[in-house]
Amino acid sequence: MTVLPVELQPALKDLLYRMADDALILGHRHSEWTGLGPILEEDIAFSSIAQDKIGHAYALYQPLHELGEPDPDRIAFFRDAPDFRCCHLVEYPNGGYDFSLMRHLLFDVAEQWRYHLLESSRYEPLARLARKVRGEIKYHVFHATQWVIQLGARGTEESHQRMQQALERVFPLALGIFEVTPYDELLAAEGIFPGERVLQERWLETISSVIEQATLQLPDPQTVVPAYGGRRGIHTEYLQPLLDEMGEVIRSEPDAEW
Amino acid sequence: MGGMWHLSSELAGSGMSAPRTVTIQSLDPRINRLRIPAELPEFTPKPMLDEWEPYEVFWKEKPGDQPVHVGTVRAPNPEMALVLAKEGYCRRGKTYTIWIVRTADIYTFSPDDTDIFATVPEKTYREPDAYKVVQKILRLKRQQQRERSSEEGE
Repeated sequence: MTVLPVELQPALKDLLYRMADDALILGHRHSEWTGLGPILEEDIAFSSIAQDKIGHAYALYQPLHELGEPDPDRIAFFRDAPDFRCCHLVEYPNGGYDFSLMRHLLFDVAEQWRYHLLESSRYEPLARLARKVRGEIKYHVFHATQWVIQLGARGTEESHQRMQQALERVFPLALGIFEVTPYDELLAAEGIFPGERVLQERWLETISSVIEQATLQLPDPQTVVPAYGGRRGIHTEYLQPLLDEMGEVIRSEPDAEW
Repeated sequence: MGGMWHLSSELAGSGMSAPRTVTIQSLDPRINRLRIPAELPEFTPKPMLDEWEPYEVFWKEKPGDQPVHVGTVRAPNPEMALVLAKEGYCRRGKTYTIWIVRTADIYTFSPDDTDIFATVPEKTYREPDAYKVVQKILRLKRQQQRERSSEEGE
């Protein structure tokens, strides 16, 4: 196993926190649909995807712990918004199922490419995790793609219109996934991760094809202002209430044995 | 696709506050956020048979296994049926793959006609009892194999 130089640790932590926080917050948002989904089978499928996302977050908080950060439960439930590194996309309340599905698609395609690029990373824990979650994320993307095509191209006029509106709302938020951090170049140079620009390019290609199949119109990325800030700890008003609710029980008795 | 989520999205999407009615109060904060009126307006009945069509789900644990019928799923097309059946039937255990078949594509006898399978008593000599034994032995062997492999897995 390659031993990575200590100087790389801040960059690694930055990457891990961004990925883990995205997965945790989106997993929590998705889980808010449990019991309220549009039909029973979809409720089960979406809840299962939510659980997978929390599992990914856990798997990413573990190497962070090995790099000297607190243990996964503490990282997940005891930090406040400014310490989170998630993008704004994952923070927004669920709204309607149109918004949730579109967010699910745009996020998971990026996630799939990110893990794909990480499979050849020099940082072995991430390369290993990338291979492990490949199948799960493949299903997440399949699920999102089928739903968006169904409601965009094969549904009713109303479903088409609502998916188009959702796309226009979600797209600028999704561009925030690729906010470049000061560690981007170092991660690329060290063969850990090729960088957010590369990721965004791959993502846009895949998304364009799905959106076309769904007969929707992708906004022009040049005319859209990406929702940046999350990677620097600047968040929407929605994150802190989510954290308060998510951590409410464990914070009420921090030393309880579970 | 009516129901609760639709109502919530209308409230969330309109940007207006909910009408001044008494809303359902729940221990679940998600329900409170939906601001569901305590007295719901009358629902318009859905048209008859306005449902996705059923698909039969067949499950294979390992390559080479016989597909086993595990249940049904409703979906607007075969791809969506796969999407929904995968989590519905495969999330709890090892799965190799599933098959989806439109229920309408399955041809069978009408329940009234199942008596055509009844054999008159004098012809029991044609019933291949030996085959049944072979099937039982094969089943037993497969079961033992499975038990062995799950023991090894532990």
